[in-house]
Amino acid sequence: MKLGYYTTGAALSILFLFPLLWGGYESFRGQPGSGQESGFGFGNYTRMADYGEGIATYLINTAAVSAMTVVGTLLVSALGGYAFARFRFPGKEALFLATLAILMVPYATILIPLYVVLGHLGLQNSLVGLSLVMIMFQLPFAIFMMRNSFEAVPRELEEAALVDGCTTFSALRRILLRAVRPGLITVGLFAFLASWNDFFAPLILLSDGDKFTLPVAVVAMRERSFGAIDYGALEAGVMVMALPCVILFLVLQRHYVRGFTAGALRG
Amino acid sequence: MSLGGGVSTAQARLERRPARLSLARRESLKGLGYSAPTAVIVGVFFLLPLVLVVWMSMNRWRILGSPTFNFPDNYTKIPDNQLFLDSVTFTLKYTAITTVLLSGIALALALSVQNQRPGVGLFRTAYFLPGAVGFAAASLLFYGFYSQTGPLDSILMDLGIADEPINWLGTPNAALFSTIGMVIWRFAGFNMLILLTGLQAIPTEVYEAARSDGASRWQTFRYITLPLLRSTIALMLVISITGSLLAFDQFFILTRGGPDGTTVSMVMVIFREGFTRFDLGSAAALSVLLLVVLVVLNVIQLRVLGRER
Repeated sequence: MKLGYYTTGAALSILFLFPLLWGGYESFRGQPGSGQESGFGFGNYTRMADYGEGIATYLINTAAVSAMTVVGTLLVSALGGYAFARFRFPGKEALFLATLAILMVPYATILIPLYVVLGHLGLQNSLVGLSLVMIMFQLPFAIFMMRNSFEAVPRELEEAALVDGCTTFSALRRILLRAVRPGLITVGLFAFLASWNDFFAPLILLSDGDKFTLPVAVVAMRERSFGAIDYGALEAGVMVMALPCVILFLVLQRHYVRGFTAGALRG
Repeated sequence: MSLGGGVSTAQARLERRPARLSLARRESLKGLGYSAPTAVIVGVFFLLPLVLVVWMSMNRWRILGSPTFNFPDNYTKIPDNQLFLDSVTFTLKYTAITTVLLSGIALALALSVQNQRPGVGLFRTAYFLPGAVGFAAASLLFYGFYSQTGPLDSILMDLGIADEPINWLGTPNAALFSTIGMVIWRFAGFNMLILLTGLQAIPTEVYEAARSDGASRWQTFRYITLPLLRSTIALMLVISITGSLLAFDQFFILTRGGPDGTTVSMVMVIFREGFTRFDLGSAAALSVLLLVVLVVLNVIQLRVLGRER
């Protein structure tokens, strides 16, 4: 019984890990005509790194978009979550509902007019514009999560500070932010995974090769390879995209799962 | 006039307590201030585009050149768009098959790892790990995985299951089911996590009571776990159905709509209208249609959800 359970579990685990392990193996394996002619080595990675504007450009673009999205989402949702948890103000319910409604609207429906809106704002083909859009897509989850995090903090904690003459902002900065840190980590992790990996928004909003993020660049690399596709270089690109996320997930797994628990409360 | 009297006493009360009033006003000003960044982002990048997409759908709106009002042309030409009609059929078929398989597998996985025992955390991590890989990256990974250089053919031939290499993306059905296989690999752990939150909310006393009443494993599952898990399952179905109806990455990257345009999803047609044919008005009309369908679907699903509780 016990043996059967562990055998099945181990077999399933291998099944789920196998494609990733294969991709890693394939990215190092040599193939005639590829960057790695024979044996094993980093040849596929150097071949992939030379593509287009060079992998460094795409890595920097992707990191910049992810950093702006994470910082922006944390900033907006920490302030907004504080407002929704602690203050009464006109339009509060309407704004909260409008933020959650983002979840209901298809990605494509909102990106087509956003292409026009960003053009009017002078943010077409811009990493800043793309990040602002990513922040918007993160807000339903982030605001919901941060509002709940602030609500879970006892009011006494900040009231003591307010009585001592702190402004609400310094109470937020000095005391509350520390109390809601787990929520912030969860929100930041979700924002990173989404912005690092997103394909559709950069595909629509970025037009120049030197602005591309990794997913768009690697897909473009495959499209432009005439004749035989260089699978070694392709899998090398996949590994560069996947590895940071896999490592981050393994380190912050606990915080990731909390995001699910919070989301499920709504359902 | 009781109404007038009420107002005047309220006014008198307010005048007697000016400190209260200014406190309340200060609170609402602070609330407005802290929520201002949210309001700006939601307003400029969500509500404004939402209004604009409806307006765009009523215009001849090319990527270059100024738009001209042509309502209802963008809508009336939808029934003539054979590519879109085919994509609706295909997307519905994909959604149905994916949702059934994905939910079943996720439920089995969740049940198998719901109890704490040594090593179960490792299983959970392994099942979920594909979910940490981006969807575009996963699609590219499987583009290689299903290719001639991929490992599947030699494994199947070594095991004697297949006699010759299989063209995993070569026929319409092969492409569809290969894609579904990739989607299950990527999302089974994700759905498992959703179900686990629901499973762990069921008090252990309920299970103990069932066991002391002599309920079999199947009876416990059928009459206790399943009913108590209903709202979590409904949530998972909503997410899975919505996600599948909006499929893009998997067909754009993995099958590239092929073979012969048999795996083109609705969102791919919208993308093509807008950014290959540069007809944003037509893309907007299709988007509005998709939005309406999804909102109606969500309302129905939420209604059903509400009734069951």
